[in-house]
Amino acid sequence: MIHLNGVTKIYKNNESPAVDNLDLHITRGETCILVGPSGCGKTTTMKMINRLVTPTQGTILINGQDNREMNPVEMRQNIGYVIQEIGLFPHMTIADNVATVPREKKWPEKKIQTRVDELLHLVGLDPAEYRNRKPASLSGGQRQRVGVARALAADPDILLMDEPFGAVDPITRTHLQNQFLRLQEELKKTVVFVTHDIDEAIKMGDTIAVMREGHLIQLDSPDQILSEPKDDFVSALIGGNRAIKRLNLVKTREVIDNMPIQTLRTNSPVDTARKLLITSQLPAMPVVDENNRLIGVVQKHILSALKEQAEIADIMEKNGCVVDKGATLGDALSTMLNYGERYVIIVDENYSPCGIISFTYLLELMKNDVA
Amino acid sequence: MCIYGVAGNSFVGYVTANSGKILQLSLEHCLLVVVAVLIAIVVGISLGILISYYDVLAPAILYVCQIIMTIPSLALFGLFLPLFGIGFKTGVITLVLYCLLPVVRNTYVGIAEIDPSIIEAARGMGMNEASIMTKIKLPLAWPIIMAGIRTAVVMVVGIAAIASVVGAGGLGVFIFRGISQWNINAVLVGAIFVSLLAIVFDQVLKLVENRSQV
Repeated sequence: MIHLNGVTKIYKNNESPAVDNLDLHITRGETCILVGPSGCGKTTTMKMINRLVTPTQGTILINGQDNREMNPVEMRQNIGYVIQEIGLFPHMTIADNVATVPREKKWPEKKIQTRVDELLHLVGLDPAEYRNRKPASLSGGQRQRVGVARALAADPDILLMDEPFGAVDPITRTHLQNQFLRLQEELKKTVVFVTHDIDEAIKMGDTIAVMREGHLIQLDSPDQILSEPKDDFVSALIGGNRAIKRLNLVKTREVIDNMPIQTLRTNSPVDTARKLLITSQLPAMPVVDENNRLIGVVQKHILSALKEQAEIADIMEKNGCVVDKGATLGDALSTMLNYGERYVIIVDENYSPCGIISFTYLLELMKNDVA
Repeated sequence: MCIYGVAGNSFVGYVTANSGKILQLSLEHCLLVVVAVLIAIVVGISLGILISYYDVLAPAILYVCQIIMTIPSLALFGLFLPLFGIGFKTGVITLVLYCLLPVVRNTYVGIAEIDPSIIEAARGMGMNEASIMTKIKLPLAWPIIMAGIRTAVVMVVGIAAIASVVGAGGLGVFIFRGISQWNINAVLVGAIFVSLLAIVFDQVLKLVENRSQV
């Protein structure tokens, strides 16, 4: 899909090249992460693909065609581009922002409007509410989603993403990452993703290209990078806690697949709850409403400390520790640590509980992994 | 020197007696200003856009505009008289030159101050240069350009009073006639109505500016 052959970029007034003789091959439908410290040439590499930066030497082929032979404006219209949130046009409404590329391509206005609604739905923003708002009235996370929607507007095959989730808080970032992973499963775009955050790289990438000072140090799958870092630089980048980082390679839904899940209702008898909790050996149980949506959690230690009779509704905690089933085990672990709990409930897209992961389970997993 | 005291020669009397003339000259004055400013907007914004693309030209063009501002208006009107003749045309051309600096400078600065990452996002998404200018740069620079236009208008309402020396009409007629005939009331009428016009123009533009706010 994208071939970089011996690509070198030397900026004016600079002796050492920003990117030095880089060979990189990105196959169709994969997410390739360019990762490395600042100044390693990752952003330059990405910008050379859509010709925002012209290589000093070497060729870049997109679908077998040299990108210097293409009309740059047309080529860029067929490559989605996401940068940090600031890239939204502040004077335009959300709908106009998303409609940018279709308008440049002169789509009929009706088709554009339908597409805008479709995309806002896709990234989880209600068109009725957000269409006519300006970027300034949105939160960082919402703006970032608009950025993704805008890049997808003309349905490009390739997406270039430059630190797309860099400017938001960690919790929002995790959320956006999971949402993007879910989207990408459906869309199967060819993604080039630049980040300085190795954890993000491990989580998001099919392949990871570790760069330093314009050179490609290692190009491998996240698993390979973690288990066989090529040199000291890569090991240092990965840092310690490799066992914890490997948790980011596994999605929660992969481990809860064959786990039976039992739920309580607010009117369930406390005795039943007690029995269920003891037999299941789980630290907590989800409580659901009539639509099977999660409304709270009953914890084992509270239940066993209970002397007199009580209703489930009385001992239920409303804000349980919850992650989406698209999240990784790493997300699950950090959620547990954030809440200071020993369990996390996994929910599906309808907010129905579909599994529960305990701290003990994660510890076992890490122990086996290291062993 | 008993102008103020004499009955029938009071200021109010003068205004009522000359109301038709005042209205006519005020309209002439407005016409001068509006035509000059409209031309200056087209020329000034074009120049501002030009120097935003060719940065090397910016100091030279801004310098020339600044020099023009330092020439006394009476002298500039006089200089153009032999070139363009007596009348409206010479008045407008001179006023356009005075308007240029604020419009050119604010267009240039307004465009230069846009966050470069916004422009890069636009370019990276495949907008061509014309689209980037009309859909991104000019709308984002608009509040600053508008401020420049307001400065130009208020300034030129004052300078247009001098345009009557080249026969371009306007409220300057009252002022110059008043000076030559020792008629303080005429001078006052000219000065007060010029100020009123300036205030009205400024307020109207302020409204327009708020309407077009991002």
